[in-house]
Amino acid sequence: MTQLILFNVFNGLIVGAFYALMALGLSLILNLSGVINFAHGGFLAIGGYLAYALIPFVGFWGALLIAPFLTAFLGLIVERLLIRRVYGRDPLYSLLLTFGLAYIFEDSTRFIWGAQSVPFQVPDWLMQPLSSDYFFLTGYRLFMVLLVGAAVAGLFLILTRSRLGIRIRAGTLDLETVSVLGVNVRILRTLNFGLGIYLAGLAGVLAAGMLGLSPTIGTSLIMPSFVAIIVGGLGSLPGTLLGGLLIGVASGITTVFAPSATEAIIYVMMGLVLLIRPRGLLGEEGRVQ
Amino acid sequence: MKRLPVNRLSSRTSSAIIWIVLLTLPLWMRAVGSYTELGTQVVVLALAAMALNFLLGFTGTLSFGHAAYFGLGAYGAAMTIKYLVPSTPLAILVGMAAGTIAAMIIGALIVKLRGVYFAMVTIAFGQVFYFITFRWNTVTGGDDGLSGWHRIPLNLGFTTIDIEHDGKAFYYFVLLCFALSVGVMAFLLRSPFGRTLLAIRENERRARFLGIPIERHLWLSFVISCLFASVAGALYALLNNFTDPRALYWGQSGNFVIMAVLGGMRSFWGPLIGAAIFVVLQDYVSSHTENWMSFVGLFFVLVVLFFPRGVLGIIRRRTMR
Repeated sequence: MTQLILFNVFNGLIVGAFYALMALGLSLILNLSGVINFAHGGFLAIGGYLAYALIPFVGFWGALLIAPFLTAFLGLIVERLLIRRVYGRDPLYSLLLTFGLAYIFEDSTRFIWGAQSVPFQVPDWLMQPLSSDYFFLTGYRLFMVLLVGAAVAGLFLILTRSRLGIRIRAGTLDLETVSVLGVNVRILRTLNFGLGIYLAGLAGVLAAGMLGLSPTIGTSLIMPSFVAIIVGGLGSLPGTLLGGLLIGVASGITTVFAPSATEAIIYVMMGLVLLIRPRGLLGEEGRVQ
Repeated sequence: MKRLPVNRLSSRTSSAIIWIVLLTLPLWMRAVGSYTELGTQVVVLALAAMALNFLLGFTGTLSFGHAAYFGLGAYGAAMTIKYLVPSTPLAILVGMAAGTIAAMIIGALIVKLRGVYFAMVTIAFGQVFYFITFRWNTVTGGDDGLSGWHRIPLNLGFTTIDIEHDGKAFYYFVLLCFALSVGVMAFLLRSPFGRTLLAIRENERRARFLGIPIERHLWLSFVISCLFASVAGALYALLNNFTDPRALYWGQSGNFVIMAVLGGMRSFWGPLIGAAIFVVLQDYVSSHTENWMSFVGLFFVLVVLFFPRGVLGIIRRRTMR
């Protein structure tokens, strides 16, 4: 029993790490530009599929390195051509626009790589269990947790130490002032969008190795990411991280006791958080309205 | 001030034209190479889009999760006929109650939220019901949907109307439900309550200073909007004699929003026009290509970029000049 619970908690932690990685990207874009990026799941799927296409040429490690950057590059193009046009307009329009993009992305991945899930190869030595008692503790899973940890640490380093990150955080608080101080806000928003999409691409490559790769992988991960943001608190990146891990572990534990409620539990959690603390666990006061 | 009577006149003529078209629809639908069921579908989805627009266009609050209440209406109606009583009107009432009660609970949780946050929470909550219907196989049929039932002919005591087999009779039954729902919504919008909703849309802070209980009115508006969405859902299930979890999926919510925007969300009849365009286009595209998702997606993008005011918004702008 202990083993079963541990297995599911660990599983939940990994899934939570995906949610968090994806939700952090969503949060970055939402905080600075006020755009809910529905197409985030589509970008995630494209990240996974690009890696799948690259593996025969550059191997797993090369794909892990290159695919997220290619995804981010696609994100930059999409931002410049389309997303930019809805900045400052009613959030309705950005929602509809990214919603349409999500459809297009899902359909294109299906068109190019087929509707069936494709095998995604991870180096054999990573797939070995590390211990016979805890069979679920494969190297790949441990590696994934470490990599997500590193990515999150990297993101927070960028946000607190680099000039770009400091500008992004300042812009989140007051974009107009940042603009008046001579920062090119258009470029700032584009780069910020790219950064968010990079995280989605990275999550895509990792998720492909863990969950398998099919065109609907993005849509199945995007809703929990929304929940992660709401639970953690709008406007707070540490909150988003916490929210992602929390709902991941919660659904992991629920799998043990009530498998059919695995998906529903995170929405129950969201309801409870909204009831007790409408701004989310770490959300700032006044951001709700 | 002079413009007011003219506007009222033009809105009256446009209402008259719309009703004439809707009433005569089954007579010419075949002649233009289409079929009555498509017309019924337009009316049903138009009701859903107009219900959404009660909240979106006239209260200024975006819900991106109306498919949940639409779907609850559908399942409420389907399960009533399959498990409880073989009665079409009762099925609609149960479906309506299911959607409305859910909206009352969820509405209470979210009325304090605004803007993007409100939209996001409605999307996320919409998924709960999707997963419930998806997972609760024994009752809801899971992914396969709920089939093995059909709509029941209306028994009026002195006569029976066969809406089960007669597509035209069912169309007029749906149109009657549509007329009742739309009439109630129009009445509410003209009432003092409806005016306070417009006040909230235009300037929430000012409305609050005037003593309007914003949260309670928002909650009411949300519940009314979801009530009619669930009526539409019940009719949709009856139309297909079938329902499945896709009726509750967030893609459906997006469809309602695009219908409202495409038609013109600041006008009462806008969503009807939007629904008509959307349904006919989807019917055409999905019968010609497997990649209809890309087309629908592209359609969303194009509407946002080029028709953000919607069809009626553009027409009104032209005539105002």
